Amino acid sequence: MVDTRQDGDSLILTIPAGGIDPAQLAAPPQTLPAGGISTLRVEAPTGWKWGTVDAAFLAGLLSQLRGEGPNAPDVRVEGVPRDLAKLLDLARSAPAPAEAKPQPGLRKRLGKATLAQWDESKAMMALIGEVVWRLPRFFTGRAMLRRNEVMDVIAESSTNALIIVAIVNVLMGAILAFVGAVQLKAFGAGLYVADLVGIASVRELAPVMTAIVLAGRTGASFAARIATMQGNEEIDALTTLGVPPEEFLVLPRVVALSLLMPLLYVYACALSLVGGLVVAISMLDITATAYMVETQAAIKSANFYIGGLKSLVFGAMVALIGCRCGLRAGRSAADVGQATTSAVVNAIVAIIAVDALFAICANALGI
Amino acid sequence: MASQPRIRIDRASIGYNGRSVQTGISADIAPGEIFAIVGDSGSGKSTLLKTMVGLLPILEGNIQFDGQPLDMSGAAGPPPFGILFQGGALWSSMTLLENVMMPMEMHDHAAPAAREALARFKLALVGLPGHEERYPADLSGGMRKRAALARALALDPSVLFLDEPSAGLDPLSSRRLDQLILSLRDGLGITVVIVTHELESLYSIADRMLFLDGELHHPTALGAPGELVRTSDNAKVREFLTRKGMDCSTSEATP
Repeated sequence: MVDTRQDGDSLILTIPAGGIDPAQLAAPPQTLPAGGISTLRVEAPTGWKWGTVDAAFLAGLLSQLRGEGPNAPDVRVEGVPRDLAKLLDLARSAPAPAEAKPQPGLRKRLGKATLAQWDESKAMMALIGEVVWRLPRFFTGRAMLRRNEVMDVIAESSTNALIIVAIVNVLMGAILAFVGAVQLKAFGAGLYVADLVGIASVRELAPVMTAIVLAGRTGASFAARIATMQGNEEIDALTTLGVPPEEFLVLPRVVALSLLMPLLYVYACALSLVGGLVVAISMLDITATAYMVETQAAIKSANFYIGGLKSLVFGAMVALIGCRCGLRAGRSAADVGQATTSAVVNAIVAIIAVDALFAICANALGI
Repeated sequence: MASQPRIRIDRASIGYNGRSVQTGISADIAPGEIFAIVGDSGSGKSTLLKTMVGLLPILEGNIQFDGQPLDMSGAAGPPPFGILFQGGALWSSMTLLENVMMPMEMHDHAAPAAREALARFKLALVGLPGHEERYPADLSGGMRKRAALARALALDPSVLFLDEPSAGLDPLSSRRLDQLILSLRDGLGITVVIVTHELESLYSIADRMLFLDGELHHPTALGAPGELVRTSDNAKVREFLTRKGMDCSTSEATP
């Protein structure tokens, strides 16, 4: 235990032979004279090896003796090596930690979040505008991009996505057929499972599910890649060379996914119908031919057009959102993760919202 | 200065996110000059460099290249400068040859058949012949810097911006890079604007330097490093310049 005693305007501190107990750092001496101390004299055992525990204890003690505020009286330290005294001065001159700012209230946070969202929406619209404005340059071969970039993106995004798109759509078709079969069988209308699976797949599920798969795979990969480029100053390098990143990075990806998605949509439709067919012929007393004839009769060409248009729009959306999240990312590793997550989440929400818009428009137009 | 400066910085205020970092920056950079931007950490050296190349908007004042404000819209053709970023910023999905050729392709620089030969020449110029087909990830830090320098030279710029080219390099590589910068200036007549912390580089290659004071938020010295170390009335500038390079300064100051 450290022994302290007062001698006039000096406080004498004796360090015990065993040293200062580190536990005392958390609980400095409680009974200190209230003011009037101008010197702290430290008495240490002969040949004492000073360490950080001593320094930290003395710094805490000095701060207590000096009190707070800019006009607090100075307290001289005696009996410690010069280097340690310098350290104690340094510790004193270190700026006090900034006071934590009070948390803004709910209204302020809500307002800030709304303004941030508004800014983001404007930036997204600006990006869409940039891409649309540059499309003619792309189709006339004047765009600043590498010619093989579009094909590279299509190859990367298609072949690797085929299996997962197949699994998701076969299962979706099968689930629809299973649910439909149970209900329709009760009314002796089992054959209409083909109508249910056909219309739902072609019009809604195939484009939506394929777009969601692409958002998780390709959109996330776009965001991660562009965010990493951002961190490595590769985007700055493009800009300073007079190559607009919107043209070099975003345009080929938007074009590639817009071209790819309708193809994947057709593939997804076929597999979804196969999934429904397998379940229908195994659960219901209908033949494959009857199922296919019924499917053909049920699906109107308008359903295909709507599904195809949706897939094209969804493809462009997934690419735009992925690229936007990458471009707005910060420069740290955490920002890459954040960009990837927001690319997937934003794309899925946008796909569902735009699908709902399509449904409302189609209903209004009587399609 | 008799001739028109290559770059004129006129009472510029720089910063980011609306926050000013430095104000009242004025300097004329002559053609063929090696001009260093120095200062304490966080004083805004890289911010000034990024503002000069148009990556950050200028808050006040203006910056002109050959009497014209910088136009990065692409309408005025390729930018008049090349830039070497601190980390190189090579495009990681491309080989070194593709990295150097890409700006030429984007701006239709030189005949298509000549581009590959030009790119190979520029890589040879920076001491990387035989590495054309390698990817940035396969290179050492020094090689990456040199490859990035070759890319910065791709469009035959009249100005070269270098953001801490020696950062992270061993002293030997750093000295070789300095020699390369001097050779490029002497051989091609390029104006070089360099952000650096390295006193040895500063004394051996810079004709003049601008010192940005991070505490006062404005420049406190402009002149030749060898002169400033002796004549500057600013103690911080003198202290910065004598940190460890006194022998260099005296040898440079007395030709």
